[in-house]
Amino acid sequence: MIPILSMEFLLASGIGAMTAVGLYLIMLRRTFPVVVGLSFLSYAVNVFLFTMGRLNIDLPPIFSKEATAYTDPLPQALVLTAIVITFGMTALIVVLSLRGFLETGSDDVTLASQGGDEAESASRDGASR
Amino acid sequence: MTSQWLIVPVAVPAMTAALLVLAMHYGYAVQRALSVAATGIQLAVAIGLFILASDGESRVYLLGAWPAPFGIVLVLDRLSSIMLLLTAVVAFGVVLASIREWDTRGRHFHSLFQFQLLGVNGAFLTGDLFNLFVFFEVLLIASYGLMLHGGGPKRLKAGFHYVAVNLIGSTVFLFAVGTIYAVTGTLNMADLAVKVPQVAAGNEALLAAGALLLFTVFAIKSAMVPLHWWLAPTYGSTSPAAAALFALMTKVGAYSIIRVYTLIFGADAGPLANIALPWILPAAILTLVMGTLGVLASRSLLDLVCYALVASMGTLLIAVGLASAEGLAAALYYAVQSTVTSSALFLLAGLMARAGEHASAKAKAYTPGTAVLGLYFLLAIASVGMPPLAGFLGKLLILDAGRTSPHIALIWSFILITSLLLILGFARFGIQTFWSRPRAADAAAAQPMPAMLTAVIAGMIVVLAALSVFAGPVMENMTAMAEQLLEPQRYIRAVLPPAATAGLVGG
Amino acid sequence: MKLALIVLIPFIGALLPPLALRAGRNACAAVTACVTGLSLAILLSEVPAVYSGTVPRTTAEWLPGLGLSWSFFVDGLGMFFAALILGIGLLIILYARFYLSSTDPMGRFYCYLLLFQGSMVGIVLSDNILLLIVFWELTSLTSFLLIGYWYHLPESRAGARMALIVTGGGGLALMGGMLLLGNIAGTFELSEILLRGEQIKASPLYVPMLLLVLIGAFTKSAQFPFHFWLPHAMAAPTPVSAYLHSATMVKAGVFLLARLWPVLSGTPEWFMIVALTGAVTMVIAAWIGLFKDDLKGLLAFSTVSHLGLLTMLLGFGTRSAMIAAMFHVLNHATFKAALFMSAGIVDHETGTRDIRKLGGLRHLMPVTATLAIVASASMAGVPLLNGFLSKEMMLEEASHTVYAGQWWLLPLLATAGALLSAAYSARLVFHVFLGKKRHDYPHHPHDPPVGMWLPVALLVVPVIAIGLMPATFAGAIVERTALAAAGGELPSYYLSIWHGVTPALFMSAIALAGGLAMLWAYPAINRWRLSMPRPDAMTMFQTAITALVATSRRVFDAIDNGSLPRYLAVIVVTIGVFGLSGFFGAAHLPGTRETLPASLPAVTGWGVLIAACVLMVLRHHDRLFALVVTSIVGLIVSLAFLQFSAPDLALTQISVEVVTTILLLLAINLLPRTTPDEQSGGAKLGAGVFAAVGGLGTAALAYAVLTRGFETISDYHIEQSKPGGGGTNVVNVILVDFRGYDTFGEIIVLAIAGLTIFALLDSALRGASARRLAAMRTGAKAHDPHPLLLTVVTRVLLPMALMVGVYILLRGHNLPGGGFIAGLIVAIAFIMQYMASGYVWAHKRARIDAHVMIGSGVAIAGLTGLASLVFDRPFLTSTFGYFHLPIFGEIELASAMAFDLGVFLTVVGTCILSLATISRVEERAEHAPQTTGVAP
Repeated sequence: MIPILSMEFLLASGIGAMTAVGLYLIMLRRTFPVVVGLSFLSYAVNVFLFTMGRLNIDLPPIFSKEATAYTDPLPQALVLTAIVITFGMTALIVVLSLRGFLETGSDDVTLASQGGDEAESASRDGASR
Repeated sequence: MTSQWLIVPVAVPAMTAALLVLAMHYGYAVQRALSVAATGIQLAVAIGLFILASDGESRVYLLGAWPAPFGIVLVLDRLSSIMLLLTAVVAFGVVLASIREWDTRGRHFHSLFQFQLLGVNGAFLTGDLFNLFVFFEVLLIASYGLMLHGGGPKRLKAGFHYVAVNLIGSTVFLFAVGTIYAVTGTLNMADLAVKVPQVAAGNEALLAAGALLLFTVFAIKSAMVPLHWWLAPTYGSTSPAAAALFALMTKVGAYSIIRVYTLIFGADAGPLANIALPWILPAAILTLVMGTLGVLASRSLLDLVCYALVASMGTLLIAVGLASAEGLAAALYYAVQSTVTSSALFLLAGLMARAGEHASAKAKAYTPGTAVLGLYFLLAIASVGMPPLAGFLGKLLILDAGRTSPHIALIWSFILITSLLLILGFARFGIQTFWSRPRAADAAAAQPMPAMLTAVIAGMIVVLAALSVFAGPVMENMTAMAEQLLEPQRYIRAVLPPAATAGLVGG
Repeated sequence: MKLALIVLIPFIGALLPPLALRAGRNACAAVTACVTGLSLAILLSEVPAVYSGTVPRTTAEWLPGLGLSWSFFVDGLGMFFAALILGIGLLIILYARFYLSSTDPMGRFYCYLLLFQGSMVGIVLSDNILLLIVFWELTSLTSFLLIGYWYHLPESRAGARMALIVTGGGGLALMGGMLLLGNIAGTFELSEILLRGEQIKASPLYVPMLLLVLIGAFTKSAQFPFHFWLPHAMAAPTPVSAYLHSATMVKAGVFLLARLWPVLSGTPEWFMIVALTGAVTMVIAAWIGLFKDDLKGLLAFSTVSHLGLLTMLLGFGTRSAMIAAMFHVLNHATFKAALFMSAGIVDHETGTRDIRKLGGLRHLMPVTATLAIVASASMAGVPLLNGFLSKEMMLEEASHTVYAGQWWLLPLLATAGALLSAAYSARLVFHVFLGKKRHDYPHHPHDPPVGMWLPVALLVVPVIAIGLMPATFAGAIVERTALAAAGGELPSYYLSIWHGVTPALFMSAIALAGGLAMLWAYPAINRWRLSMPRPDAMTMFQTAITALVATSRRVFDAIDNGSLPRYLAVIVVTIGVFGLSGFFGAAHLPGTRETLPASLPAVTGWGVLIAACVLMVLRHHDRLFALVVTSIVGLIVSLAFLQFSAPDLALTQISVEVVTTILLLLAINLLPRTTPDEQSGGAKLGAGVFAAVGGLGTAALAYAVLTRGFETISDYHIEQSKPGGGGTNVVNVILVDFRGYDTFGEIIVLAIAGLTIFALLDSALRGASARRLAAMRTGAKAHDPHPLLLTVVTRVLLPMALMVGVYILLRGHNLPGGGFIAGLIVAIAFIMQYMASGYVWAHKRARIDAHVMIGSGVAIAGLTGLASLVFDRPFLTSTFGYFHLPIFGEIELASAMAFDLGVFLTVVGTCILSLATISRVEERAEHAPQTTGVAP
């Protein structure tokens, strides 16, 4: 029997909820919702990673003479790194979606599937200057 | 105190990239000089490290002088040294080829290029699971930069797919690492190799889930079907220079699979022994088939090369899936030659496009000359695995390694039949592109080709020939590497203090 | 070594012709001839040795691990074929010199020819079956180049491709077969394998191995049902057809059968398959050949027919049949090469190869005619010519071989083959050279220059000589060859014209008579044939390929439709499957860890989060709203961090949240404001289920972990933080010290992100995107984009923000804070300037270039790490000490802080660069162009 009113349950279900929303949004055909969905997923995973040190209240990982117990600092460090990296990635994909929209005038994520005649795509790079 | 050389493959590109950013206003000449020099140094160092590692010892570098498993370690063994060398060789070719061809089409090409190398080298050297994640991110975001370099509508759209897929991958990576840490309480690969077999019975399921989630991350990188979607649009729409370098990145995925699933979840992993193995062979065969279909279906050289790359990953992973020393050795030999081949093919596609631009505004009107035809012919041979280039021996080695497998009939028929279809695909395309035109066009086609680019492609073909001629010594090294991989105790003993490795058997 | 030279010389020599061409076409041909001649000379120098019974060998390692080695040996069989290849090669080179027109690139031709020659010699001299495969595939490739030599002709292209696919495919099968063979025999050295016949025939893998090898041999030698490619290869220049498709390449299959005869033959499988395939091919090919109107087509099919004959003889598996086979190889090579060259001459002189357009040539070109007639007679099996003798022996063998209990089957087929062969030979003679003189030729024919008919003459000489005195001229060769091929003792036999009245004599009599009869009845038979349906191999082949390509394209376009949702769905589902299978594949026990009671604020926060999630799903179409909800969720996350003893995370999360939100705001400003509702209800439901399952999975995973204890390595970090790392904030010490390398990578990620964003947007002010921005400008808001109050406040805030930033940077090592958070705070302050006062104002006052900040940030962090190398300590080894500074009082300086400074600079640089560049683009959308275009 899962104790509904436990911190563990709240966090786990919260992670689940954020993941679900993220997954729902990335199923949409526009760049913006996909971007938002991806950041929901990163929220979820950051919290998940954080909880891998288990939950502790009022045990800050600040070394002091009187402190007897600490929370696990390692996951916190990992999450910090993860947050920063996610931040970089998010910034990039936001700008990418903006740039793509400015270039093509559409924020649809669908690619024209491969096709066209033989010579066309051999010169893609030339064309893309 | 182990050799300080282990940090160089990371430090040099990092500092070079920083310098390049600072020197961004000094014009291309300076940047090119810096970038080429730095890549050259990396090549030299990679050769040095390769020689260093070829004594069969695993060398460990304790970053920040913190003892394992508490700090992060770099580990240089035969496998990582081979991958570093491969990277350096390809990178050196690509950086030369990119000069004046592609590095002027946007900002920061060379700094992104160096950052890319930093990420790849870091991934090959690290002995820490989370650090592997970090360097995956480094090489990925650098690849986004390179992939999008020069812009253009198709590239921007494809780029969005590429980034989105890989962000999913990174998310899963974190879920996996988190789960694994939550059960084992460590991140150091050697330490994991020790702790995984001792996992408490009740936690096996969680650890297994983490292990397989991690596998999917590497599978995405190595374009394993059905996670391959990103490859063709990405490589097919980016600049040939970037694509040529990216041929390496699929190998980062393959490398990680080999590393993690021989060392951590290998034969000695107790209840989780060889957990990923049952998945590899079927997925690999599927990949080979999809790649081959793609080659047949392709409508342009770029598509052709992209799917040939997918097919080669399939072949490579089949060999990995054999999980024998012969299989791993063959896989590495095949990986090396197919990487060089794909890079050269991507550059060739660029060469044709460029020459096309010279010829006329519309590339349609361009008919490639005999030199290009020759290069294509040789690279096609290498790619489909016909003699005399290394591709043939690679395929032969994999078939031979498959003899001991219970699935020999399956493996052989798929490899042989797809080879035939690949021959068909390459022949078809080559004939359409180079032969279906009036002979008079030969003269018209005799136009100045980008010399450096042509030289680089030719150089890569020479490398392939050398790999074939000196296959004997090369395979000796590869076999030694495979044996080293199948004895993880050697790796673990090198990394961890004696106390931690007391319980180990064998080695 | 000498042996290796025989093979290598043509390969090396292949470089010469293109160079020699500069010195003229004669020089080019001469050089090529010298190369072949040299190789031949070395070969012949081995004759005494070989014919005295020794077998010269040479070997060098190539890939020992695989059993692949540079091993060559020459015995009677190898000598015979190698001599044939090089000898006829010489004649072909001479002939081609006059055949090729001045527009044909001669250098390339001879280059390909030598490459082919080398590969061919390689096949027959290899002492290692894997090496043999290498050369085997090389012949496929080089013949592809030769057949496609006139690639401007569609039929050349088609023929070349067909030949490559069929023979190349056969090569792949052979590859498998040889690997199996080596596996069974335990060695890949041919001369070793030849000694292990019993062991091989006994192996359970014998049959699959045999089949693979036979596919290889049959494709190469164009045996039924692979016979269809050869005629289409006739699109090649005649010298190529004469060389590859009569004398050498197509014989490779026969050679292989002969070479492996001792170890493969003698079993029922061998006899059943090989003998019948040969016999059937012989008859069918001859039948088709008879009705070919193309001279070369007729010869091509006759070649196939004769190869069938050889295959059949080898299939019999008796030594006497082997003798007959080897004898016929010799004879066929002579008369067929001669005929091909004559055909070439006719084509060359008259301008057509269509038999219906030819006739009476003996009047116009007597020399050629005479030679060709003699050769044809030999092919027909007319007595006193060499063709007669070997055909006689063949019939003799067939006459007493019982197939599957049917005594009549093989004799019948053999006679039929002989009869048809007599018929098409007769057609060749009567319809082309004899008959009445004609004048309707495209150009007036006459005998060609001697250089062109001399090769033919040289080949006709042995045709007659052997025909008259077989024992004298062919005895030794045949004996040695058969002996080497069959091994063991040869049965008593004698080559002579008269064998007495034997069944064979009757059979060949019937054959000759019947052949002439058929020619007489030719028109009638032809009419009857034309009324029958006739499959055309080429169209079938082409259709097959086109279908294959079309199918794979359909499959692909179906799977790969460029829809990102589909890709992501497949990927996520796959990931899920892996994760679940992992979980349910192993033992699991629920956790026992004591759970924490939920506090009221926690429950509240949770409620808000869930509400936010629900709202998001329902109202995400309004993008601004979606953005607000997102930042609320971010806020809750940071509160959660705070609640569970992670102050650093809380600080980081909140400041990241701010920057991200600003970024998204700027983006939304230019993107469409709403997301169209384009999903069908079904799709929504699907996505919902998909999302729910994923959510449940992660939730379950998290819960399972949270409810179990574990021990970790991080106790060490806590202990060592102060003494080893010189900081009390363990998280920060881990970041900058224990795992500083991670952080190094992390700031590099940021740096790259900044540079990429800059590179992306730098081009946004040109081309399509610039036009689109200009279009937006018309719709730009009327009100002042930079409200005064905001401007003033932000400018006042800047210095304070900087102070705070520095403070947080310095204290980071011991209390929550550090370079990253500090960087974000300062960055936000700067960004406010851009937001409030606009890009141009801010940029004009920007003291330092953001690029410099990023570059120096990474550089400082890197140098801090490298500094420790000077003291021979590993990268990023830290050191620290305590100093007294005014204002700040007693403070500690750690090398890690220099590292943190690098972090700080990179963060500031990246944020400013990214947001400044965006606001620059915004500016373009809002203001007149002259205020823009400032390059940062």
